Amino acid sequence: MDLSAINPVLLISSLMIAATPILLAALGELVVEKSGVLNLGVEGMMIVGAICGFAIAVQTGSPVLGFGGAALAGALLSLLFAFPTQILLANQVASGLALTLFGLGLSALIGKNFDGLIPPATDKLHVPVLADIPVLGPILFQHDPMVYFTLTLTAVIWAVLKYSRAGLIIRAVGENHDAAHALGYKVVRIRILAIMFGGACAGLGGAYLSLIRVPIWTEGMTAGAGWIALAIVVFGGWRPWRVLIGAYIFGGVTVLQFNLQVAGIALPVQYLAMSPYVITIVVLVIISASKSRAGGPPAALGKIFHASH
Amino acid sequence: MISIRNILTGAAVALGLAVTAAAAEPTKVGFVYVGSVGDGGWTFYHDEARKKVEEHFGDKVVTSFVENVPEGSDAERVMTQMALSGVDLIFTTSFGFMDPTLAVAAKFPKVKFEHATGYKTAANVSNYSARFYEGRAIMGHIAGKMTKTNKIGYIASFPIPEVIRGINASFIHARKVNPDVEMKIIWLFTWFDPAKEADATKALVEQGVDIVFAHTDSTAPLATLAELGGYGFGQAADMFQYAPKPRLSSIIDDWAPYYIQRVQDVMDGTWQSKSTWDGIGKGMVAIGAFSEEIPADVRAEAAAMRDAIADGTYLPFTGPLNKQDGTVWLKDGEAADDGALGGLNFYVEGIEGDIPS
Repeated sequence: MDLSAINPVLLISSLMIAATPILLAALGELVVEKSGVLNLGVEGMMIVGAICGFAIAVQTGSPVLGFGGAALAGALLSLLFAFPTQILLANQVASGLALTLFGLGLSALIGKNFDGLIPPATDKLHVPVLADIPVLGPILFQHDPMVYFTLTLTAVIWAVLKYSRAGLIIRAVGENHDAAHALGYKVVRIRILAIMFGGACAGLGGAYLSLIRVPIWTEGMTAGAGWIALAIVVFGGWRPWRVLIGAYIFGGVTVLQFNLQVAGIALPVQYLAMSPYVITIVVLVIISASKSRAGGPPAALGKIFHASH
Repeated sequence: MISIRNILTGAAVALGLAVTAAAAEPTKVGFVYVGSVGDGGWTFYHDEARKKVEEHFGDKVVTSFVENVPEGSDAERVMTQMALSGVDLIFTTSFGFMDPTLAVAAKFPKVKFEHATGYKTAANVSNYSARFYEGRAIMGHIAGKMTKTNKIGYIASFPIPEVIRGINASFIHARKVNPDVEMKIIWLFTWFDPAKEADATKALVEQGVDIVFAHTDSTAPLATLAELGGYGFGQAADMFQYAPKPRLSSIIDDWAPYYIQRVQDVMDGTWQSKSTWDGIGKGMVAIGAFSEEIPADVRAEAAAMRDAIADGTYLPFTGPLNKQDGTVWLKDGEAADDGALGGLNFYVEGIEGDIPS
């Protein structure tokens, strides 16, 4: 075993990239669930974002347009979940699962003509001066713009939910939709907007996979990332910073276990392979359990709202 | 979703075949695929071979296929449907279709079945596979010559003999031309997960590996190498879009000659159950064009090795070779027989680490 071969600077910088798609999707889902809606279609919206972003970036040669298109595609696809659950009052679990299955099929259909193509490269943002700091520079200041966007998004979501009126309204709708309705808030409209926001984030996460992290398109390439995002929202106790920690731990352990395999650690590979899942869950459960005021799920999560009450 | 699509495709296949059956009496050939025909790798090349069968026989043959068939009971249903629709010959192209193929074959004794990469046969079931390790040997030679860091990496899928043969063949031939070469192996426990394949490639490169072998199905390792630097090889498909860099060469599965031969056998009434394990010599394994990035003398050596393997004068697993623990596996000049290769479950001397069990 030669652990010295593992370069911690490269490791931390890789884990931020590995965590970004999951974090994006999880942040979107966090807002959706905060508004009281459980959308299990994250995986489907991610993969549709992955192919739409890829297709647009290949056609136009612009990764920026690709990401924009992916967000739009994710948001549009989420309407297929929003319409039955919010307007027709259909079951959210079934509708969400259907969305995932539909998204997987749709992306395969769109992707038929894009197999084997190479997308345009996204430039790294080489922050002047800061990027040249030893150790910290390569870890923090030499990433692509989406990594910084995602970190900023985490802070914004946290601040909005905690301090702003809009955040308070979203939380009110998610905790008790009848009370929010009685106060005059448009529960259905707010929830549909939250669902679309979640769809856009999932779409961005998918496009990050197909445009930056891998970067190729192949059918089924999200390979369960959407489900990990869903799990991280729950284990992160519906709090943005914990979701960030969860995603980074998951990404970190995933990257670390490959590095340990290369370094020849004397542990059965199967334990290493399952370690990202186990460690992420254990850490997030410990964080959430250690504080007595740990938040549970939003009280109205997954419940159907009748405006006629 | 997948099963609904399968039912629909299956129905469409049945309908199409029923219509054509009334018109003429061509030989009908069905293909059952585990993945999508657009995967750019394994299934893509089976489907290319299917198209060549059509080209070769013209209107004497009708082919049909069902893609994305999960390994298990769904596969059995798809095969049954094909057999009921009057297909004469069915190719099932994944290891996990082995038992379903045998089960359906027992119910349709008049239909001929061909199962890829398995080891069971029956009166109306043949199996066939390719000696991919012959290609690995040539790639190993190139890697040994070209590595600057003396570290080569192998992204392994599952610990089955096919993958272990690939690891050993690559390492033996890299070590032969470069005694300092080390091999770093990462096990992914999946055939297909582009994100994991990319992460594994990254981990290898970050620890000084400059040439990466992949034994998984996507082009993700090559896409990652294109970004990070380093070299790799096309796997199951040519992956020529990554030439000349990072793709140095490739191991291509060419099933067409075999498929054409077996369809001909059915037409002639000479089809018999048999086991086929062909390599470069019979054209079942093809070696992709050598990249200009490879020095000319190494290219010539690789081509010579390819030709020697093709005409049978060189066998990649020829002694002296020791097992990982240092005990003798093959004596000087002794070649491994197919039985030993078929169940290969150990590393050769020089590879570090254990095979996961």
